[in-house]
Amino acid sequence: MKKIMITCDEATSICDKNQYGEASIFEKFKLNIHLLLCKHCRAYSMQNNYITKLLGKYFDDSCKNDHLINKEKSEIEENLKIKIKEISKK
Amino acid sequence: MQQPKKHILQPDKWVKLHADYLFNYTITRVNDHDLAKDLVQETFFSGIKGQKNFRGQASERTWLVSILKRKIIDHYRKINSAKGKKEVRMNFYDEGERKGSWLEERVPQSWDNESEKKIENDELKKALNDCISGLPEKYKMVFLLKTVQEYETEEICNELGITSSNLWVIIHRARLQLRKCIEENWFKK
Repeated sequence: MKKIMITCDEATSICDKNQYGEASIFEKFKLNIHLLLCKHCRAYSMQNNYITKLLGKYFDDSCKNDHLINKEKSEIEENLKIKIKEISKK
Repeated sequence: MQQPKKHILQPDKWVKLHADYLFNYTITRVNDHDLAKDLVQETFFSGIKGQKNFRGQASERTWLVSILKRKIIDHYRKINSAKGKKEVRMNFYDEGERKGSWLEERVPQSWDNESEKKIENDELKKALNDCISGLPEKYKMVFLLKTVQEYETEEICNELGITSSNLWVIIHRARLQLRKCIEENWFKK
């Protein structure tokens, strides 16, 4: 029989994994037992759920709107031409 | 009988045809404009050097992406092995009788009960984004791939050459730090 009592470190690890729906049934069971007994981890768990909610709603996914500007593309193009020349000389 | 079409490389058209696609692929993984640009350029350079290895079975783009993936792994290995200045602090006792229990100064404090109401707050949004930016690079990359880009665990592990238990340790550390940061920069103010 695997051990059922886990440390706060392990409990919060499972709690983090569970934010992505990837904790196993046995892990969730151990987590719930731990949460009954530990108020710090209960606080962690609630706050963690809240953060997950925030992330879904609020994370500024700025990289979606991040593009190469034309000037950068021409630079790459120039550098590339130089490389092609170098290689063909060899 | 017709031969299956063989793909050819046209390096002079790479920027026009593939730069945007490759950049887009890279930026979601590294979250840094200049770094993404450099990685794309290096991919093209390696592509030119390795033209001989192109057998024409895959499309030009697929081939370039496979080079780019290598570059991203190399980058990840580099930041992973570098001793970052922004190392994550310990949260639990490391040894002894209380091993695995919260360190007193890291115990989660109770947050304002009204936090739910504040969910529509621009300042909170800024605090959250600042806290994410403050994560060490090596954690941030995995955390964002998993949380924001919503990649499968297996996919990230394959891409970065880490095991799933590595991945969960990283996610755990990132979230511990994120929680603490939000507490300090938002709820204590």
